[in-house]
Amino acid sequence: MTAPKKVGQQTVWFQNPPVIVAAATIAGQKEGQGPLSKSFDKVIGNDYYGEQTWEKAERRMLLEVMQTAVQKAGLTPEKIDYMLSGDLLNQIISANFTARDLGIPFLGLYGACSTMLESSAVGSMLIDGGFAEYVLVGTSSHYGSAERQFRFPTEQGVQRPLHTQWTVTGASAMVLARAGSGPRITSATIGKVIDLGQGDPLDMSSAMAPAAADTIARHLWDTGRQPGDYDLFLTGDLGIYGRKLAVSLLGQKGFNIDDRYQDCGAMIYYPEQDTHAGGSGCACVGLVACGHFLKEMAAGHLKRMFVVGTGALLSPCSTQQGETIPGIGHGILIES
Amino acid sequence: METQPLEIQKKEYAKIVKEIRPKPPLLRNVAGAFVVGGLIAIIGQVFLNFYQGLGLSLQEAGAAGSATLIFLAALLTGLGIYDKIAEVGGAGTIVPITGFANSMVSSAMEYRGEGLVLGVGARLFTVAGPVLVFGIVTGWAIGIFYYFFR
Repeated sequence: MTAPKKVGQQTVWFQNPPVIVAAATIAGQKEGQGPLSKSFDKVIGNDYYGEQTWEKAERRMLLEVMQTAVQKAGLTPEKIDYMLSGDLLNQIISANFTARDLGIPFLGLYGACSTMLESSAVGSMLIDGGFAEYVLVGTSSHYGSAERQFRFPTEQGVQRPLHTQWTVTGASAMVLARAGSGPRITSATIGKVIDLGQGDPLDMSSAMAPAAADTIARHLWDTGRQPGDYDLFLTGDLGIYGRKLAVSLLGQKGFNIDDRYQDCGAMIYYPEQDTHAGGSGCACVGLVACGHFLKEMAAGHLKRMFVVGTGALLSPCSTQQGETIPGIGHGILIES
Repeated sequence: METQPLEIQKKEYAKIVKEIRPKPPLLRNVAGAFVVGGLIAIIGQVFLNFYQGLGLSLQEAGAAGSATLIFLAALLTGLGIYDKIAEVGGAGTIVPITGFANSMVSSAMEYRGEGLVLGVGARLFTVAGPVLVFGIVTGWAIGIFYYFFR
């Protein structure tokens, strides 16, 4: 017997689509100087955010954004059934320590920069499956803490190639509910890990673009829909060049989404901010989707958007041992 | 593309990536390295002459000049300026002794949060370590070569 809510190979339809009853965002200083600054709930003045280390600053942002989302939903942490969260730091410490402080039953997830979408997809399943009334999802990333884990010390003088992206500093959270008012998550497509042999840790968009394209195409095949059925396709952090790669790959699969496709990483900074290819990191898709696009949806400018979070599943160790970078993309369909 | 074997997909994809990925501005980078690296060398020369003027021998003035450059690079790293210069200067800021100082100070700053011993102490040479190791190995190899073939 096939699963009643599953359609095609990788997609689920929710029978009682969960409602996004609240969303919250906190952005870093640089992101606060970007084109979307007005859409964030809060912009921190400096990337240490009053803490001794970047890791602690990241954690504080995640804790505050989670608390804000719960407050906005008119709830208290005791009312939340599950918290689903993850981040880029080893052993997902930002999420673990935030869950300790909030005291909500917690499932830690890791999908690199796709974690926000992975959490939303799993959270929606928990609600539609009847296992939860309220689920809190969220994630964070920080330029300083991510750079030093994956690349160089921050103050080291390095000329960054033009195709590199800038890890977004920030945190975002959403409260998903069984009932209420707000946009609904009607479907989710769980991505496969795709590796087309790209191995440059300074160019993660090339590693992730095939996964994004695969998930978008799979969603359309599974649902039997065409790109024209959607107002917007949104990818998390492919950046300027990764977006072009995804368009090209989807073209090969027979889908032209170029006229209705945006990438959060390509939107979050001004070109003058010298980030080269745009933003990346867990917080990138969170800030732009929860900040800008949910507001656009509330204003009635968008009715149906398919959001794909993309993750590069590498570790500093795997890179040094000569492995290529596998990518993943998870998608959720949000409808007003 | 979907039905092709993975190896062919990978090759095809590598072609697209190469096409779309922006080319590094080679001329600009080389010019930046030449100017910034040259400026650092000129500053070194100014200090060398200054210390010689104070009555130090050439060798002593060289050591004092290097120490001054190291100090300045460390200071600029601490103030968050060196990496901005390096964005323009590239190899011109990495190759001189200032680049070595920058790599050590930036590591020290980065790992200060993990404590003095296991943070700064253990990680100070994260970037500079390989330079030292292979510098010493090369020196040793050349020494052996020189001993037998001079």
